[in-house]
Amino acid sequence: MKFRNTDHREHIVLQMTPMIDIVFLLMVFFVFTFKIVLPEGDFNIRMPSAQTSTASAVSETPLLRVRLRATPEGELARVQFGDVALDGDTPFYHLQSRIRSLIGDDAGPGSSDQEVEIDADYNLKYRYAMNAITAITGYMDDNGEQHKLVERVRFAPLSE
Amino acid sequence: MRIESRGPHGIVEGDLTPMIDMAFLLIAFFMFVINFSEVEQDQRVTLPASELARPPESPYEQPLTIHITDDDHFIYGGKELVTIGALRSALLQETQIIKRLTTKNIGDVTIIVRGDEDAKTGMVQRVIQICQQLGFEKFALRGKQSDIRTIRGE
Repeated sequence: MKFRNTDHREHIVLQMTPMIDIVFLLMVFFVFTFKIVLPEGDFNIRMPSAQTSTASAVSETPLLRVRLRATPEGELARVQFGDVALDGDTPFYHLQSRIRSLIGDDAGPGSSDQEVEIDADYNLKYRYAMNAITAITGYMDDNGEQHKLVERVRFAPLSE
Repeated sequence: MRIESRGPHGIVEGDLTPMIDMAFLLIAFFMFVINFSEVEQDQRVTLPASELARPPESPYEQPLTIHITDDDHFIYGGKELVTIGALRSALLQETQIIKRLTTKNIGDVTIIVRGDEDAKTGMVQRVIQICQQLGFEKFALRGKQSDIRTIRGE
């Protein structure tokens, strides 16, 4: 019986070049489409229209008003909580302190019945309104835990 | 002088394995971090920062997103609308579609307001007012999550 000579078998070489090409193409695609997305969050407010709100507007707790006054450039000029003007470098922090003391959140999780109306000047930059909403709705303690204060926030009707 | 014969050289091949490993690791990384979901972001809008802005616990059911730019333009449905009247028309059209084609109540539809930090607060209020007139009641004011305590002026 005659055997074939197996020593002259063809040496198989794996072609790496196309695979590396594909890998780099995929990598380039992912690098270009990669976008760091910052987390976003919402402040939920419920604002029924004027017709429906008049029927259910009767509330036992008095409405708190926060007035935000703006300079002609849209910067924050003054914050007023009720009749009290909050001056200083951190008016929203003072606002938060006042709301905390008013609600007395040391004893509990806060008040959900209380409602706050934000009356802002038309040309005020939105970031200050957001600061006011932040100050009203809650705070972060030193451990990074979030505490709620007033959940019902609304904007005052536009005076035009 | 006698020159030494260097002899036959074999084909020098670099070891590609670590490079390919690295490339695959990078691909895996980018595949994990890439977000293919339809985000409602627009680069024309820079959201105001707030330390209390947290993503909603559950996603809204078919919300409508209105972007307000710092130059008082609106972006709705992928179109830039220059006037608030155009926005009102677009929203009116949307409410008619919701009423005719779905069983949803308009008051249950959430309007996500993505206002630029330099936009006018009054403009945001006007948008809310128009939505109220059309029957929308639920609004979500969107902010950018921040690690800095914004209201303490840090």
